[in-house]
Amino acid sequence: MPTAAGSGFAMVGGGGVGGGLLENANPLIYERSGERPVTAGEEDEQVPDSIDAREIFDLIRSINDPEHPLTLEELNVVEQVRVQVSDPESTVAVAFTPTIPHCSMATLIGLSIKVKLLRSLPQRFKMDVHITPGTHASEHAVNKQLADKERVAAALENTHLLEVVNQCLSARS
Amino acid sequence: MAAAAALEAVAPTGALWGLVQDFVMGQQEGPADQVAADVKSGSYTVLQVVEALGSSLENPEPRTRARGIQLLSQVLLQCHSLLLEKEVVHLILFYENRLKDHHFVIPSVLQGLRALSLCVALPPGLAVSVLKAIFQEVHVQSLPQVDRHTVYSIITNFMRTREEELKGLGADFTFGFIQVMDGEKDPRNLLVAFRIVHDLISRDYSLGPFVEELFEVTSCYFPIDFTPPPNDPHGIQREDLILSLRAVLASTPRFAEFLLPLLIEKVDSEILSAKLDSLQTLNACCAVYGQKELKDFLPSLWASIRREVFQTASERVEADGLAALHSLTACLSRSVLRADAEDLLDSFLSNILQDCRHHLCEPDMKLVWPSAKLLQAAAGASARACDHITSNVLPLLLEQFHKHSQSNQRRTILEMILGFLKLHQKWSYEDKDLLSSGDLELAVGHLYRLSFLEEDSQSCRVAALEASGALATLYPVAFSSHLVPKLAEELGRGELDLARGDEPAKCSRHLRCLQALSAISTHPSIVKETLPLLLQHLCQMNKGYMVAGTSEVIAVCQSLQRVAEKCQQDLESCWYFHQTAVPCLLALAVQASMPEKEHSVLRKVLLEDEVLAAMVSVIGTATTHLSPDLAAQSVAHIVPLFLDGNVSFLPENSFPCRFQPFQDGCSGQRRLVALLMAFVCSLPRNVEIPQLNQLMRELVELSCCPSCPSSSTAAAKCFAGLLNKLPAGQQLDEFLQLAVDKVEAGLSPGPYRSQAFTLLLWVTKALVLRYHPLSSCLTDRLMGLLGDPELGPAAADGFSLLMSDCTDVLTRAGHAEVRIMFRQRFFTDNVPALVQGFHAASQDVKPNYLKGLSHVLNRLPKPVLLPELPTLLSLLLEALSCSDCVVQLSTLSCLQPLLLEAPQVMSLHVDTLVTKFLNLSSSPSMAVRIAALQCMHALTRLPTPVLLPYKPQVIRALAKPLDDKKRLVRKEAVSARGEWFLLGSPGS
Repeated sequence: MPTAAGSGFAMVGGGGVGGGLLENANPLIYERSGERPVTAGEEDEQVPDSIDAREIFDLIRSINDPEHPLTLEELNVVEQVRVQVSDPESTVAVAFTPTIPHCSMATLIGLSIKVKLLRSLPQRFKMDVHITPGTHASEHAVNKQLADKERVAAALENTHLLEVVNQCLSARS
Repeated sequence: MAAAAALEAVAPTGALWGLVQDFVMGQQEGPADQVAADVKSGSYTVLQVVEALGSSLENPEPRTRARGIQLLSQVLLQCHSLLLEKEVVHLILFYENRLKDHHFVIPSVLQGLRALSLCVALPPGLAVSVLKAIFQEVHVQSLPQVDRHTVYSIITNFMRTREEELKGLGADFTFGFIQVMDGEKDPRNLLVAFRIVHDLISRDYSLGPFVEELFEVTSCYFPIDFTPPPNDPHGIQREDLILSLRAVLASTPRFAEFLLPLLIEKVDSEILSAKLDSLQTLNACCAVYGQKELKDFLPSLWASIRREVFQTASERVEADGLAALHSLTACLSRSVLRADAEDLLDSFLSNILQDCRHHLCEPDMKLVWPSAKLLQAAAGASARACDHITSNVLPLLLEQFHKHSQSNQRRTILEMILGFLKLHQKWSYEDKDLLSSGDLELAVGHLYRLSFLEEDSQSCRVAALEASGALATLYPVAFSSHLVPKLAEELGRGELDLARGDEPAKCSRHLRCLQALSAISTHPSIVKETLPLLLQHLCQMNKGYMVAGTSEVIAVCQSLQRVAEKCQQDLESCWYFHQTAVPCLLALAVQASMPEKEHSVLRKVLLEDEVLAAMVSVIGTATTHLSPDLAAQSVAHIVPLFLDGNVSFLPENSFPCRFQPFQDGCSGQRRLVALLMAFVCSLPRNVEIPQLNQLMRELVELSCCPSCPSSSTAAAKCFAGLLNKLPAGQQLDEFLQLAVDKVEAGLSPGPYRSQAFTLLLWVTKALVLRYHPLSSCLTDRLMGLLGDPELGPAAADGFSLLMSDCTDVLTRAGHAEVRIMFRQRFFTDNVPALVQGFHAASQDVKPNYLKGLSHVLNRLPKPVLLPELPTLLSLLLEALSCSDCVVQLSTLSCLQPLLLEAPQVMSLHVDTLVTKFLNLSSSPSMAVRIAALQCMHALTRLPTPVLLPYKPQVIRALAKPLDDKKRLVRKEAVSARGEWFLLGSPGS
């Protein structure tokens, strides 16, 4: 079984999950968008609704941050404008912005987003999750890990990583 | 042997000897009760028992002595009330002496002393003597639990009956007890021991120099760390111990110097339960402490509370922290000070302000709300605290409002202002103005502007409206003089440029205006301005000065309705509203119902079903809270209006022809019966309705008459609403007979079957709600119709109506007789018959039964349904295969909560459930697909081991609805699939 280190998803030093000081103790928090209002078209049996950026954003905005009792949306890590989607071409691209450039959680956050999309989107979709250009010190390394299918699969074999990802994806109690 | 012979001579019978021997030597338990019973019945005396025991009490073998004393103690426990004072003295001496005996003997000795402690005949002085002996001779903590408990019982008994004597012991008693309980570990004993300490303190026993010792011996258990063992037969919960220890610790200010440092230490600990317990204990202490006790600890207490509220992720810690701050502030506010003492309240509040105010200036940051909550918790404690804080914070927030321009920032600031204003209102400082008139005008100006914000700032607008309402109760004059005229002008603006036609923008401005008018109607004097304005607006529309669509008229009605709600609590406003609005609305409606060649636009609009429904709810709301005598005045006008066409009380009453809704063939007038219904069905029950007999007959006629369905339904509802409130008696029986005859005639083949059915349905509902005996008869009739090819589907839907709450008639708010358990009762009385009917019915009408059943189950409180589930479940599962979408939907929505609440029972059917839900998740009906996926989600509540075998299959199957063409379906598929992924996976 591959280890966390072997899969390249080891959480880099510093404040791990639980225990120790937070890297960013009083972060700026952003308003949560309300529930998407239901339109007449959405209630009409006949009209097909294509998968759009807001729908993708709704999938990922309530993911919990690994450190704070806040969502990625409240921390502005994900934004609707950074979601590109084409339903006919079956492609999705999500860029996320770590709260600070040295955030050690960036890989984990990216992995959570990726897993959430894998579990929630039809199989036909090709998905790309990456860091918003210029917002993180190890941007390329992280992007490379996230793009590597085998590494992602191996990471999810690791019980500890899977546990943290599942916690991020669990509905807030 | 001589002694033995003498004893034999006095013994009444050898039986006692035999019993004693059996118990002591024979080790049998039965004889003890027999001896006790004989003593009670007077066969022999306690003295004779002692004599019979004689030698065993002095036997050299400690086990035998113990056995002898045990028998005596057991007899005493049952017979202590028979003892004479002289006997008690001897027994006490005997027992005290025995305390020095072998440890085998001690448990029985203590039992005996416990029996004696219950004695009424105990002479003065002996209680003290017993306790001294126990304190001196017995090392309580080396005894087993039961015997320690006996010692506590003896002490408790004496404290209850010999308080004065024990107090004579002074602090020795307290000290003795401290030694008794020192080291106690058993939760059962601790509950008693805490109770004793509490009584020592609250009954003012002398603690002497032992205050700190008494504190130590109890506080060592704080915070309570106890988990009851599984299957604990004693049923002691952690919470019981916490509360009883808290009662001790928080019972006296004398503990303060020791307790406060301990509480601060425990709040600072890492353990959540310790934090919560400490904050709650601090909260309790504040009820008895004063400034003197708190003085030295205030800075640390504030630092700890602040840290918890700022940093915690737990809402309970936050809530308890805020509650503790509230109590601390209240405690400081309450203390009476010496003239030369420093008032700690001011310095304490200044500290809080200093630490919190800068966070209020950063409405985006995480700490803004915790800071506001802390300030509000302190401000809520007393009028003085509120004054101190609001006078600092409100100017700051107003200034911040100007500095920040984004709407979400402004919303945060407005919400904070609202919080402080509400507190201020609570302390109702009406004599001392918080805002200068200049500030006030400024605030009103802002609120006016904010009331018209665009759609995307909805939340900001809502906050502004709420703030206006709160502020208007404090400053009604400012609002009537500054805001109402502006709104009036805005509302009138459209009336002039009729020619330019209807623009959506103007329409939405009107809507905002109407909302603002109702929002500020929170003071009687403002209502006197806003209500005429709204009514006048409606009249203007009627006269054709402006274009009005259905939605515009409904918006005015909704605004009126909100004003009516705000008037309900104040009797005078309530009558003002009723007297002003109801005649005006009736006049407009009557005018609109007149047969005329040229109807104005509004006239058609006013008679539309939706508009009538909006007017119905205004009239209902304006009527329910009337006092009976005022309601009687009103009913004397309104009933004759409908029965006799007496229009004299209407404000504008010259109409082209008579108003005869019950006679006339004109359908427009008939429709207004809905308004009559709104009024008479909302009256208090004790208001007598004039011409009731005639009214009921007219209503029955109209309900089954060929006119538009809405007026016959309104007549049936009105009839049912009145029927429900009538007292039992001949009159009620006559009306019922009338209705039943009409229904039976109408249900026979003919053109009015559907009207007759509607009447049956509403009358049944009226009776079911009040448990009337005839209701079962009518329900059976209704159930019979489920097999009717024509009315069957309607009858099935009728069960939904029977079980649901109406909004316009037969409501509790409208004083209808609604028994709280009517749904349960209906379920119990009728479900067996429904199930039977289902099995007996032919294939084509079976769905009607399923549908009826689904409606009943759906509306039933789930706890009632759970026990019935095993018998019904197979039917529900069958209903899932029914092809009727409504049945599927209803069954799914019934199963979904059951999955959440009775996962164990549902586990047995997991295979069927998974298969059927997955099948339905590709139903052609979108609503069914959604419900099926919600059930798939709810299935994850079943025990994980039951589900795991299905996990791969379900995850595969749920991939398909992820690509559903409807977004709402995909949303449910995503959440269901997400939960299935987490099953049995780490971290979930």
